[in-house]
Amino acid sequence: MSLPLLSVEGLHVRFHTPKGVVEAVRGISFEVGREKLGIVGESGSGKTMAGRSVLRLIRPPGEVRAKRIVFDGTDLQALDEVAMREVRGRRIAMVMQDPKFSLNPVMTVGDQIAEAYLVHHKVVAAQARERTLEMLAAVKIRDPERVYGLYPHEVSGGMGQRVMIAMMLIPDPDLLIADEPTSALDVTVQMQVLAILDDLVTQRGMGLMFISHDLNLVASFCDRVVIMYAGRIVETCRAAELQSARHPYTRGLLASLPRIDRPVGELSVLSRDPAWRDGAVVVDGEMVG
Amino acid sequence: MIEVETLDVTFGEGAAAIHAVRGISFHVDTGETFGLVGESGSGKSTVLRALSGLNPDWTGTLRVDDQTLGRKRSKAFHKLVQMVFQDPYGSLHPRHTVDRTLAEPLAIHGMGEVDRRIETALAEVGLGPAFRFRYPHQLSGGQRQRVAIARALVLEPKVLLLDEPTSSLDVSVQAEILNLLQRLKRERGLTFILVTHNLAVVAHMCARLAVMNAGRIVEEMSVAELRRGTARQAYTLQLLNASLGYDRAKARELVTFE
Repeated sequence: MSLPLLSVEGLHVRFHTPKGVVEAVRGISFEVGREKLGIVGESGSGKTMAGRSVLRLIRPPGEVRAKRIVFDGTDLQALDEVAMREVRGRRIAMVMQDPKFSLNPVMTVGDQIAEAYLVHHKVVAAQARERTLEMLAAVKIRDPERVYGLYPHEVSGGMGQRVMIAMMLIPDPDLLIADEPTSALDVTVQMQVLAILDDLVTQRGMGLMFISHDLNLVASFCDRVVIMYAGRIVETCRAAELQSARHPYTRGLLASLPRIDRPVGELSVLSRDPAWRDGAVVVDGEMVG
Repeated sequence: MIEVETLDVTFGEGAAAIHAVRGISFHVDTGETFGLVGESGSGKSTVLRALSGLNPDWTGTLRVDDQTLGRKRSKAFHKLVQMVFQDPYGSLHPRHTVDRTLAEPLAIHGMGEVDRRIETALAEVGLGPAFRFRYPHQLSGGQRQRVAIARALVLEPKVLLLDEPTSSLDVSVQAEILNLLQRLKRERGLTFILVTHNLAVVAHMCARLAVMNAGRIVEEMSVAELRRGTARQAYTLQLLNASLGYDRAKARELVTFE
């Protein structure tokens, strides 16, 4: 395999709270190439924090420590805030879960997308508008001219999410971190949005970190999957092999899902083993540690 | 137990009117779980809200337990029919303890033995007495949804209207809540209407379901048909296909149904 786009080693995220230190991420390492990497876990597993810490989006009292975070040959931890701003948005972009809370409510969606372009490119406003309309068409919005002038409250959830994706993709990033980008969408719209991301990875060679709680979706969409539990990666495997995962946590999650194809009497309920917090992990079907 | 005939719901007036439910009919037998499935905006939640009395602007005929329902519902109706909402973070009063949340419906209906009823309701949803004096913010999402179910059950209703009861929960917690609902239904002979966008959840919980799109019932089918994938309508087939996971080729073929 060629050199990975992003390589993270020994990442820790801590929050100092009045009740003591909360360790949200406890020493995880992973690599993202020009592929779709799924990061799966339940709420509180640290999957969102793992994505945010790459872009240095965790503010005090949160504290991020890592042995290394190297993106395309650059040590991100060594960059100052000004240099980091060049990376953020331009080279690595992030799509948040909820378009309702992530878009500026008093600015038209078109102007917001154009702004993302203008920040990173020295062009005049008319060119940015032109590029924005192209981008809206690229994310399968039927009437870009009309949608350009709409405010966020005037667009549906699915369209809002596509606007977010257009905004994040317009600076042409090399790596996209997508945090539950389709969880709020209907299944058919979800498929269309995923197809857009899929094409960017396969046709343009973008890297994608796809953070999700939906095991079946990740299994069908991604190339590789890492499963997080209590701030650690407990299993990594090829997405196609997720159904034969070996870690008891992954197996428990899969078993707790109701299925369309075959009936199950009572759903199996996950009983959490305290040993999972620090016990052995599974890498490509092999027990480690 | 429940009969809905040519139910019609419109919001707003004139040019701005939104015809959310367009003359739908279905019936639910006693002890059955009936699924209402559809994408956002299909009108599935509106049907539930009209049935529960939360939305008084409807036309058509609604009957529950052989009683024809009017716009205004009696206390007796609410004792018979209770509802569980999607978001356990929004549906519990943040400054009321679990105890107060469960005591309020009992006080409204003048039911005695408050202590015993609250303790029983909590035990039935798998929460120990220690939870009784906690506030919602001291509970996890799954625990809150258990409280919401306990609040519905404390009046000993015969019908539970479930509006996406597990959509905001983790999958392992979803399994616990679905098992809990199934057990309560068996033990108490409850009748459920389950509204959800998740076909796998419907397949697990129901015997029959109706698929809604744009305010209409597109298709009524058995879960056996759903599992075999033998839907008659193109809309249902597309929904079913999309629910089975991502597929680049299928994504290209998606069409919009009006």
